Amino acid sequence: MPTDVDQVDPAQTVVTPELERDAERAQARRGLLIAAPSWLYLTLFFAIPLVIVFVYSFASRSSTGLTVLENWNLHSYRRLFDPLVAEIAFRSFVLAVATTLICLIASYPLAYYMATRPPRYRNILIILVMIPFWSNFLVRTYAWRVLLGSDGPISQISQALGGEPIRILFTNTAVLIGLVYGFLPFMVLPLFAALDRMDWSLIEAGRDLYANGRRAFLKITLPLSMPGVIAGSILVFIPTLGAYVTPAILGGARTTLLGDYIVSQFLSARNQPFGSALSVAVMSIMLLATVIYFRRGARTL
Amino acid sequence: MSQGTLTTARAEGALASLSWLVFAFLYAPIVVLAVLSFNENNNVGIWTNFSFKWYGEMFQNAAVMNALKNSLIVAVVSTSVSTVLGTATAVALERFRFRGQRVYDGLVYLPIIIPDVTMAVMMLLFFAQAFRMISGLGPHLNFGLSTISLSHIAFSISFVAVVVRAKLGQLDPALDEAAADLYAGRWMAFRKVTLPLIAPAVAGGALLALTISLDDVVVTSFVAGPGSTTLPVYVFGLVRRGVTPLINAVSVVMLTASMVLVAISLVFQRDRGAKTSTAEE
Repeated sequence: MPTDVDQVDPAQTVVTPELERDAERAQARRGLLIAAPSWLYLTLFFAIPLVIVFVYSFASRSSTGLTVLENWNLHSYRRLFDPLVAEIAFRSFVLAVATTLICLIASYPLAYYMATRPPRYRNILIILVMIPFWSNFLVRTYAWRVLLGSDGPISQISQALGGEPIRILFTNTAVLIGLVYGFLPFMVLPLFAALDRMDWSLIEAGRDLYANGRRAFLKITLPLSMPGVIAGSILVFIPTLGAYVTPAILGGARTTLLGDYIVSQFLSARNQPFGSALSVAVMSIMLLATVIYFRRGARTL
Repeated sequence: MSQGTLTTARAEGALASLSWLVFAFLYAPIVVLAVLSFNENNNVGIWTNFSFKWYGEMFQNAAVMNALKNSLIVAVVSTSVSTVLGTATAVALERFRFRGQRVYDGLVYLPIIIPDVTMAVMMLLFFAQAFRMISGLGPHLNFGLSTISLSHIAFSISFVAVVVRAKLGQLDPALDEAAADLYAGRWMAFRKVTLPLIAPAVAGGALLALTISLDDVVVTSFVAGPGSTTLPVYVFGLVRRGVTPLINAVSVVMLTASMVLVAISLVFQRDRGAKTSTAEE
């Protein structure tokens, strides 16, 4: 009974259940071997750090701001319900929802337009969306700081037209603009993917059955593009909820969001247990959203 | 294409103008920034002359150049390691069945969906804790380029794995069987059949890892040590203090670099696609 299947000439082998089982085992061994290095890496540099954050969230903090890994408690989690924290969380949530909705409304016509173009033209449009998608996020956000500045182009144009100088930098509006700008391509691409896969003859069938354009859209196109809507919404909602770069550049002191609040717990307030608890909370919301995604709109991206 | 006939000309026109409005929104800020970077004046808001002055300043600026050097070192190291590990991951997940695969599958996808602030917190606490434990044994380790690279690899593996896995899933399994029929061993079949076919995806994944590494601000700023600032982290620090013509110039260079990388990856994948399709004809 040969144990190593590789050494058997397949032409002379009669497949028996034992041989098949051995082959399966050898296959599993090889798979594990190939996966092992990255598995080890991700365990050490991802899974363990994840566990550490979780553990730290129950730790206590000394009067000097050091984390003490004893006296385990739920103090940090209780603080999540403080009015200040609730206000920041609420503001982040509202901004994330607003960003997602604006991106959805702006992206849908574009994705529809792209999906209904002839292939050659469509490819050019895809590239036009891909380029900002992969371009440096920090720089794209910075561009808005230049545009919205008190002596920036928008303000200058407004003044040249006899209007007031624009003062929206460091407000929630500026952060919202920056977030929509930053994450818009994340919405366009999954929407386009869903519309592109759609069987357009269904619309023709609908029209043949005397559905008008609006009815055909509401009853056929929109439901069929729902996986793309869900995927895009989650791809925009998750990063905006934890956004740090955009509020840091375009927001002010009174526009703290969850992302910069978490960062400040580590870099200035020196309260690691509370920062960890906040991270765990954000992560839980994100995981929940992802589970919804995989249940409802899987395999659109 | 009969799709055009399904919408009226007026709806079509509205659709087109809305779409181009979105494109204008996506590109106008970038164009304005690029134009302003050629302004000679110290004050960004006052246009005087077209000049390359600030690009010259940039290359003279030791801090910028040092940050650029650090960025390139980290990007090259993290891209090479994560490309190899990510490709291996994709092959293991797509081509093999083994125990614990589902857990592994989840572990691979998690770094992509986790917000970068959380990732930053994880890496900071992990390295701080690890260094405390190691210093108890003797050696004193510190945050620096190595912690940045290790963190970048941790999130890049997943991106490479996802891109390569998608390509592997499209391949016809019969190709491997055909290779086996021609007495190719597993390794031989992988090297001569599978690898050339997934090469564009591997390259695409590598370029993706490179772009993400060169763009990362949040995780890097948490795990950077003194003197190991990367270019985005350095620029981020400057940007928070205000708008200067020097940042404009550096920004345009960073933006151009990331656009060139995207363009290369698109052209590369398109080119390979074109070749295979002509071969099929």
